[in-house]
Order: sequence, then C-alpha cells, then structure tokens
Amino acid sequence: MSLSTLKEPSAVEDARPRRPLLTIRRRRAAQGLGYAAPTAAVVSVFFLAPLVLVVWMSLNHWPLLGNPTLSFPTNYTDIGDNTLFRGAVWFTLRYTVVMTVVLFSVAFGLALLVQNRRRGVGFLRTAFFLPAAVGFATASLLFLGLLSNEIGPVNPLLTHLGIISRPVSWISGSPNTALGSTVALVTWRFAGFNMLILLTGLQAIPVELYEAARMDGANRVQILRRITVPLMRPTIALVLIMMITGSLLAFDQFYILTGGGPDNSTTSVVMVIVREAFVRFNLGSAAAISVAVLGVLVALNVVQLSILRRRSR
Amino acid sequence: MSTAMPHQPARRSARRAVFAVLAAAVLAAASTAGCSSSSKSPSAAGGATSADDGAQLTMWTRAATESQTEALVKAYNAGHKNQVKLTTYPNEQYPDKIATSAGAHALPDIFTSDVVFAPNYVSQGLWQDVTSRFDQLSFKGDVAPSIIKTATADGKVYAVPHALDLSVLYYNKALYTRAGLDPAKPPTTLAEFATQATAVSKLGGSVKGTYFGGNCGGCVEFTLWPSIWADGGAVMNDAGTQSTIDSPQAVAVFKIYHDLYAAGVAAPASKDENGTTWLGALQTGNIGIAPGPSSWLPLIKAKGIDVGVAPIPGVNGGQSTFVGGDVAGVSVTSSHAAEAWDFLSWTLGDQAQVEVLAKSGEIIARTDLAQNKYAAADPNVVTINQVMGKGQTPYALNFNATYNDPQSPWTTTVRGALFGDTAAALASGQSAITSSLNQH
Repeated sequence: MSLSTLKEPSAVEDARPRRPLLTIRRRRAAQGLGYAAPTAAVVSVFFLAPLVLVVWMSLNHWPLLGNPTLSFPTNYTDIGDNTLFRGAVWFTLRYTVVMTVVLFSVAFGLALLVQNRRRGVGFLRTAFFLPAAVGFATASLLFLGLLSNEIGPVNPLLTHLGIISRPVSWISGSPNTALGSTVALVTWRFAGFNMLILLTGLQAIPVELYEAARMDGANRVQILRRITVPLMRPTIALVLIMMITGSLLAFDQFYILTGGGPDNSTTSVVMVIVREAFVRFNLGSAAAISVAVLGVLVALNVVQLSILRRRSR
Repeated sequence: MSTAMPHQPARRSARRAVFAVLAAAVLAAASTAGCSSSSKSPSAAGGATSADDGAQLTMWTRAATESQTEALVKAYNAGHKNQVKLTTYPNEQYPDKIATSAGAHALPDIFTSDVVFAPNYVSQGLWQDVTSRFDQLSFKGDVAPSIIKTATADGKVYAVPHALDLSVLYYNKALYTRAGLDPAKPPTTLAEFATQATAVSKLGGSVKGTYFGGNCGGCVEFTLWPSIWADGGAVMNDAGTQSTIDSPQAVAVFKIYHDLYAAGVAAPASKDENGTTWLGALQTGNIGIAPGPSSWLPLIKAKGIDVGVAPIPGVNGGQSTFVGGDVAGVSVTSSHAAEAWDFLSWTLGDQAQVEVLAKSGEIIARTDLAQNKYAAADPNVVTINQVMGKGQTPYALNFNATYNDPQSPWTTTVRGALFGDTAAALASGQSAITSSLNQH
C-alpha cells in the first residue's frame, strides 16, 4: 500500500524529466523522416509507382486507348516466339562485352594519363570531359551527320588523306562497321565522364605507397598491378556496373545512328520493347519484356557487386 | 506501470504526418498522371457559323508534307478567329510520337498521319467519328475517294485527305541535254529509265544516274510499287492480309534497280539512304533521273533545277502511281471538335484547295477542281493530275509494323532484293511479310 502510494508521485515526478528527453528523440526521428520524405515521395512516384504499373500492364492485354483486359501469361509466353527479340538479346550481350572492354580501357588509360599534376593537364582533363556536355541523342545525330555518305565530312576527309580509296558506308555498310561506328560514338561521348570517376579513385591512393614501391624497385607495370588496381577496386566496380547496365539498356545510339540495321544486326533489347509498344501498339507485351529485362538486370547487378566487392571485406 | 500514454500522441502524430505527406504526394501524382485530359464528348451538332470562336487549336504533322500543311495553317490563321498552332516532326519518328502521346492521352486537337497508317489509327480509335460533319459538305463526293476509303471503317469516316503526295519520276533536263538525251522525251518504260540513267551517269564526276532510298522501306514501296502495278502485278490482296510480292513483275522491277546499283549508276549513298537525306540528294542537281514524292516539286524547283516530271512506268510500259499523302482527323481526346472541324472542312473548300495548294504547285484532293488555272499553267502538275486516276492506295491494318518500321520484314526484303539475291529475297520475304500482316 505504502509502496504503491509512494510510487505514484514518483511515477509522475519521474515522468516529467523523462518526457522532454524522449520527446526530443522522437522529434529528431520525426525530423529525420521529414527530411527524407521528399526523396521518398519522388522515389515512390517516379520509380515505385511506374514499376508496379509495368508489372500490372504485363499481366494484361493493354491497348493504346481503351480498357485493358486480364491476360496472363500470354505476354510472357509470346516472348519466346519473338525472333527479333532473340536476335536482339544476342546482339546486346555481344555489344555489352565489346563496349565495356573498349570504354573501360580508354577511360582508364585517360585517367592514368591525367592523374599527375603537370603543365596543361587541366586543359587535357577539360578536353576529355567536354563531350559529356552534349546530350546523348544530339551526339548520335552528330555522328549520323559526320559519318553520312551524302552530307558528312568524314569520307571526303579520309579519301583526301589517302586512307581510303572510295567512300565507306560507316553506318549501314555491314554489321561490323555499324557496330564500330556505334562503339566510336559511345566512347567519344562517355570516356571523359568515366575518366573523371576513375580519376577520383586514383587520387585517393596515398602517394607514399607509390614512393615506397618505387624504393623497393617496382616498375610501372608492377605498381599498376599490385597497388593501383587493387586499391581502386570500389571505383572500378562502380564504373563497370554503370557501363554494363548502360550497355544492356542501350537505345539512343542504335535508334538514331544505325536504325537497328543493317538488316536488324544492331537491334538492341530496348529497341524491341519500344517497337512492341509504339509500332505494334501492344503495351502489355512490351511491359512483359521490360519486366524480364529488369529481372535479368537485378540478378546481374547482385552477381557483379558480390564478385567485385569480394576481397574488400 | 505505463508511462507511455503521454508520449504516444507525439509519436503517432509524427508518423501520421510523414505518411500523410507520402500518401498525398503519391495520390497527387497518380491523379494527374492517370486521368485523361479534360475531354468532353464531342458535340454532335457542329454549327458551322459558331465554330470560329477564337479557339487555340494544336496540330501535329510530319515533315514530308510539312510545306502544304504550313501553307494551309498560315492562310487559315490569317482569315479566322480560331488560331492553329502547328508542330512538325521528322517522318521516321512521327508514328512513335503519335503512339506515345496516345498512350499518355496527350494528343493534340488535330493530327495528320501518313495515309497508309490510317486504317491502324482508325482501328485504335485515335480519331473522332466525323461522318455526320463530312456528309454536310456539298463536295463530299469529289474528295479523293481512294484516300477516304483508308480512313473509313464500318461506313464511318474518321479522317479526311489533307495533303496529297504521289510518286513520280523527276529528271534533270540540264543533265539530260549534257548527256545527249532529249529532255522532252522522258522514259515510257522502266527499261528505258535504266538506259537513260546509265547515259547520264557516264558524265562522271559527282553526277550520278539515279538515286533511291535503299535503307528505307517506306521510300521503296512508294517508288517501286507503281512499276509493279503498271505491269499488272499486285503486292498484297485487297484486304491486306496476304503478301504477293514474290511475283514475276516484282522480280523484274527490283532486278532493274539492283543492276543499276551494282553498275554504279545509282549513287552509292542510296544503300544507306533511310529517308532523312533523300530530298537533299535530289536537290543537289547531280542526279539524272529518280523517283520521288510529287510534293517535292516546288522544293526541287526552288533550288534552280530545271526539272521535268514523268509518270512511273512499268518494265514494259504502262503508268501508275502511289496515291499517298496525309489524312487529318480530330483527336478523340480533343475538346474543340467543332473548331477543329472548322479548320479541316475549310482546307477541303474551294479557296484553300485552289488559292493555297494549287497555287503553290501542289496536287489537290478535290477531283472536281483538278482543272484549275494554276494546274493548267504548269505542265508538270498536269502530268501528275493525269496519272492520279491510274494510281492506287494500298490498304493493310498492320502497315507500319510490316512495311515502314526500320525493323520490319519489308525492310529486310528490300535490302536483300536491291543489294543481294533479288529472287531469293522476295521469295523468303513474302512469308515473313504475310505473317506480320496477320499479327495481332
């Protein structure tokens, strides 16, 4: 009895000093949530909501204007019958391998070139990065004009220099020249940007390590292999993931520069999705292919991240 | 001993506030994105007099026939309270633009489309039914019947002819004279066409005998199908469900162009030409004779080229043309149907057809006005008007996916026929095209 009567006033007294503390913590938590809310709203509206909508669309027969009707799993089983899609998958994979190797080599090479402070290196860094200022669709149109047989300066220039004897059809002469033109376009446009990212990774390596290695008698190749690359693992992982994902989702360059040709030899997966949706007016089928590609990308990113971060634990 | 009671309201209200913000954001975005734009059902009684009420109309068209549309819009805006704002898109991207905008319920008040896509757009319900409005026109029977047919379904009219574009042969009279050919005697058979092109190409330098869109399905069907028709062949059945491209007439026509390219008579750039630089090539004045759209006649003349026009012949003679161009309709999502029809009906009227289109050398849709004073003054226009009656407008529901799209089976067939084994390409192409025509 006395205990309980004793407890009540103390309970009230204890509550008072405790209340402000807990309220502060709760208020801070609420503040944090409040600051995160705009981003959460943007992510929900522009990413989560469309994602749910696409999955829902893939389960329906969805016309351009009009009411959708449930139709599962027709859209998914039809993917197997789509010969254009099968060719596009093979091409996209081949393109990704070629593009990643070329772009990474060029970007890494440029980064190594401009990492040390020398006279003129600022100018070089700016010059290499400048193509990133051009929008990608614009860059594709630019290359379309440059390489055009009809109006472009490249063929006349090369003929004048004696490098080629007659005009070469760079864009649609053969699958290889079409792929080559596209690789050149993407390298020109993105090498500088990736160089910048690799540069930050390079500059994070302490100079003392290089000095110590040189004192131990290591040559340039050994320094590169044993110090630079291992310490740049997270940066390289980031750059590779961006390049691979970007190449798998390539669209602009093929749509504008090669038109998917010649003879569908440079048709990428996203081009097939766009064709399903806006040429064949079959939005449900396009959504199904999109969901399939999303699944592959997620799986690929999980694998990539686990491989490239393996040793940094 | 619970002391939590006083704290719960603070915690609950903080959480509630955050979820309220999130929910509001999602709902706001969903409501603006999901619903179609304020679309009232079109008023059935479209009073002609009250339709010019100062409305702002948006209109889209494609680049190929832009000159005609611009002239019409300019003349209409000058004399009416309604004002039409025109946006033009490149040909190759225009069908995608229409499709993406339709999906987003963001179509303009009026939009044109290539006549071969009209059946598909009609079946997708993109245009409003204008049958009753069209029936009120006194001249409705004289409006290019073959084009009205493509925009009609179940007896209902959904779009009207807007700009006419026929395929013809353009030849450079100056180059003909230099090559020793008679500029008053264009070819009457496709074989003669090949001979004359070869003669011009012998001038050498940057001069080429002929030019075509070898990487463009739409360009090839527009310029080569008339030769097949002139020889009595057909490319499809009437319903557009079966391709008959593997015919002796088609093989003969493609073989002529194939051999011209192989001999270097056709410009090498023809192989890459996807349509974007086609007009530019014809405007250089370096091409001897080439098929092209009739709507480019003023544009080629504007470059100072002394150009002659001839109907496209078959291998052994005859004449035909691809009666193409654009149709225009009122979008199903437009809330200015009456005003939009005011513009469209005006474009089919006498003043627009004669004083705007015919005056600038364009071909007009009104067959009863074909003998107007401007047409009679230009022998090239007279030629085109005369061949219109012998032409065809092909009909197929899946036209774009089958023929014009860069990934279409027709594009593959065409490239094989023009630059590879002609007979084999047409044979394998026929089955691929047929299955695409029937895809749903």
